[in-house]
Amino acid sequence: MSSETLTVRFFARLREELDTEALELPAEPGLTAEVLLTQLAARGGAWSQLQGGQPVMIAVNQTMAKPSTRIHAGDEVAFFPPVTGG
Amino acid sequence: MISVQTDDFDPSAEYQSLRDSGSGTGAIVTFTGLVRDSGDLKDVQGLYLEHYPGMTEQVIQGLIDEASQRWDVRRARVIHRVGPLALRDQIVFVGVCSAHRGDAFKACEFIMDALKTSAPFWKKEITAEGEHWVEQKAGDRARSSRWE
Repeated sequence: MSSETLTVRFFARLREELDTEALELPAEPGLTAEVLLTQLAARGGAWSQLQGGQPVMIAVNQTMAKPSTRIHAGDEVAFFPPVTGG
Repeated sequence: MISVQTDDFDPSAEYQSLRDSGSGTGAIVTFTGLVRDSGDLKDVQGLYLEHYPGMTEQVIQGLIDEASQRWDVRRARVIHRVGPLALRDQIVFVGVCSAHRGDAFKACEFIMDALKTSAPFWKKEITAEGEHWVEQKAGDRARSSRWE
């Protein structure tokens, strides 16, 4: 991973419906998890569900995060449905 | 100690290991969760468990740390299975050693309740007609929020 990019990972139902495990994207200045979701939703098709669809949980660098969490170059961002373990 | 594994586990061996783990323990509470054979859907034949490697262990360690701050926890052990699971299989184990029973009961229940709504595991139910991702239950969110 170069220092100007970030990694986005998807899990469970989202990984299957988007047919994507991971993406490497340019790390734009001022990026937040919410902005990233908006940009991905704009791809259309199955991606539209990332905004206004079923709830999406956010993790940044493997810690639960909020839509307002800032994203920096080198970060690992993950989007996934509410968890159902145990 | 935390294990995320495909293999089954032996609760009696885990109990013995907790019992042997040190002095000062006056109470051990263990919980074992099984794959229910009467699922949310009809004709469920089994489950598939997906997880987020790395984050899962980190979240569970955070729950053990929080439990240790709130109650007397001498030792805690969490095992969670992933991959394909059959009906009635053991899926999760939580064991807590404390000086007294009250702390052991509370810490064990807290870790289990919080794990269900915060550790990144996802269940898929396998039926004859196909596969369905399980939705998070409001009851699980309510149980978890009791501890906030």
